[in-house]
Amino acid sequence: MTVELGHFALVLAFALSLVQFAVPLAATRLREPALIAVAGPVTVAGFFLTAVSFAALTTAYVQSDFSVVNVWENSHSLKPMLYKVTGVWGNHEGSMLLWVLILTFFGALVAWFGRNLPASLRANVLSIQGLVGAAFLLFILATSNPFARIDPAPIEGRDLNPILQDIGLAIHPPLLYLGYVGFSVCFSFAVAALIDGRIDAAWARWVRPWTLAAWVFLTGGIVMGSYWAYYELGWGGWWFWDPVENASFLPWLSGTALLHSAIVMEKRSALKIWTLLLAIVTFSLSLLGTFLVRSGVLTSVHAFATDPTRGLFILVILIIFVGGSLGLFALRASRLTQGGLFQPVSREGALVLNNLFLTTATATVLIGTLYPLLVESVTGDKISVGPPFFNLTFGPLMVPLLAAVPFGPLLAWKRGDLYAVSQRLFAAFGGALLAMLIAWFLVDGTGALAAFGIGLATWLVLGALTDLALKSGIGSVAPAVALRRLVGLPRSVFGTALAHLGLGLTTLGIVAVSALEVERIAVMRPGETMPIAGYTLRFDGISPHQGPNYTEDQGRFTYLDQAARERGTVVSSKRVYTARQMPTTEAGIATRGLSQLYVALGDPTSDGGMVVRVWWKPMVLLIWLGGLVMMIGGTVSLLDRRLRVGAPSARKSRTAAHAGVPAE
Amino acid sequence: MRRVTTPIAMLLALWSIAPAFAVQPSEILDDPALEARARNLSAGLRCMVCQNQSIDDSDAELARDLRVLVRERLVAGETDEQVIDYVVSRYGEFVLLQPRFSLRNAALWAMPVVLLLVGGGFLLVRAGRKRQAPVTALSADEERRLSSLLDRRD
Repeated sequence: MTVELGHFALVLAFALSLVQFAVPLAATRLREPALIAVAGPVTVAGFFLTAVSFAALTTAYVQSDFSVVNVWENSHSLKPMLYKVTGVWGNHEGSMLLWVLILTFFGALVAWFGRNLPASLRANVLSIQGLVGAAFLLFILATSNPFARIDPAPIEGRDLNPILQDIGLAIHPPLLYLGYVGFSVCFSFAVAALIDGRIDAAWARWVRPWTLAAWVFLTGGIVMGSYWAYYELGWGGWWFWDPVENASFLPWLSGTALLHSAIVMEKRSALKIWTLLLAIVTFSLSLLGTFLVRSGVLTSVHAFATDPTRGLFILVILIIFVGGSLGLFALRASRLTQGGLFQPVSREGALVLNNLFLTTATATVLIGTLYPLLVESVTGDKISVGPPFFNLTFGPLMVPLLAAVPFGPLLAWKRGDLYAVSQRLFAAFGGALLAMLIAWFLVDGTGALAAFGIGLATWLVLGALTDLALKSGIGSVAPAVALRRLVGLPRSVFGTALAHLGLGLTTLGIVAVSALEVERIAVMRPGETMPIAGYTLRFDGISPHQGPNYTEDQGRFTYLDQAARERGTVVSSKRVYTARQMPTTEAGIATRGLSQLYVALGDPTSDGGMVVRVWWKPMVLLIWLGGLVMMIGGTVSLLDRRLRVGAPSARKSRTAAHAGVPAE
Repeated sequence: MRRVTTPIAMLLALWSIAPAFAVQPSEILDDPALEARARNLSAGLRCMVCQNQSIDDSDAELARDLRVLVRERLVAGETDEQVIDYVVSRYGEFVLLQPRFSLRNAALWAMPVVLLLVGGGFLLVRAGRKRQAPVTALSADEERRLSSLLDRRD
């Protein structure tokens, strides 16, 4: 009964999304205030219905109702409760439902918080949001119904893919979808502006916080996914340039570009057309990502759904939205006028440079991801584009961008003085140079490239700190005054500095792990030891262990320091999940400061030993900590006073709604 | 040693991420320099039956055979290029994770450079034009309005 209720609510949500699309759009054309006012309530109702539907599916999972095909295929009565709940989106149908739930949630947020937007803009935004929702709701109902029943109901479920039975599944997909789908708001704003043929001042103020919020979530999703792959897949990699990873990285790259160009638009009302285009492109890349992952067109480690009809359906959705919005852009963009002139050397100029490199990087990753498909469909040949390609192209593109980052926030708007800024960054540059020399001469195994990378990362970190120091006057005024000024700095300044600092930390982690990682492969018998990175790893033995829905062999290791003192233990195991008879490795990880000792168990040898693979990963945690710092930076910036109280006041928006502030 | 023997097990290995356990101790060459070259080459060769894994990362039988093959060729004294050419002649270019610089892959390799040049060039030209934009003199009408405004302030 609950299940049918969920299905019914989903159908109703679809019907409402059609209303949400059609009525406000027509009403703004006809200038009918009563009909325009429909947009808000319909959107909120659509969200609640989707939430009911999602809750119904979750209930079926919690109760292990195996009469529902989706639950039967992806759950098991013995599965821990957490994984019963997360299993809801650990499959194609459920994850699409989560996607739509988040989409309607964002629509409801616009409806709730957008009361002071110009009424016609708000109505148009909600209308586009409704159209996206309608397309995906129809997709679910027509091709991926999670509520289908099976009769007679099986007694036991087939269990969730063991790889997914992890806390990572609880965090990674929801964050990723909040990011992906969050960009739909920017997209809807962009299309609404194109429909109206003008960009209000309100428009410019609204796009940046939405971009920022989506970006923070997407960053979190990618960081979490990367760490999950690192500890779960068992071979210690943290980024594989896998098509599915690229699918999430593409909107992140263009979203980062959007974030920066939106600043120029908000502060200086320049780059409007470009920002609009980026907003469209970013969500288009999110849709492309959804298509690539859900259609299984690029078979990769993540593709757990392969069905051509679904792929075709999403492809049609993709073509309609991307083609439609870009077509509208081509028709209407010339009507929007550019404003805010600036010199090439200026804050604006620096942000344009950022956009140039980020969009080129986006295009590079995009073509690398799609090229095998293109070649195969044109010539029939099969080629691979893997990590070596991306490292060779993406890496060099990032170097000038990262080198330029510390200059950006220090340059003045409109007309900057590069020489003066260079002088201010002198200390940061000296520090970076020092780090580079230390790495080169004092650390074993550092090549010129690694030393340069470490210097670059230090440059980013020190550059971000310099920005804060200069803006608060540390060093030039009394400490007490400087501290007061530091606290009083706008939060967006902190946000920028933190995000750039995080970027530096991530870069440092990446360089350190790539250049200084140590790997050992050996056969070990109980009692035997292996030296690695100043530690001695002792294999203590192996013992069977029974989990709730798996059995495992746990290998216990102790690591000792150079004085032969025991410093801790590592447990690494090989599991077999009973329901699917599927083996997995659970890597054993010991954290020492920011570095990690990573132990993976292999197969037993005939003479009673175990194949053991051990890595020393120096400063590996910085890769993800840097991402967290970036997220904190984004969040701090989002809490800026300007954004909290800065949305156009009721009075302003009323005049805007009536007089219609023309695009400058 | 877990061996993939039955078709069902093979299918499982294809569709799931089996415990990845690539290079086996028995495969490792005694000469560290040669072994380092072998690892380096393996990281650039695709495991043909896996999904986006190099033979260095994969534990599939085929990947293992290929790893052993690479090492045999290296021990026989071949250069890196010779080994790669041999593997490509047997398995096609699909096996290379880094596509070759060829006419067919021109669009792929040229894309970043071309985009950067075109975008950078466009920005430079636009910046140059903006700087040269002539400052137009006020029209007669504007002059009149300006002086009337100034008069009013007096």
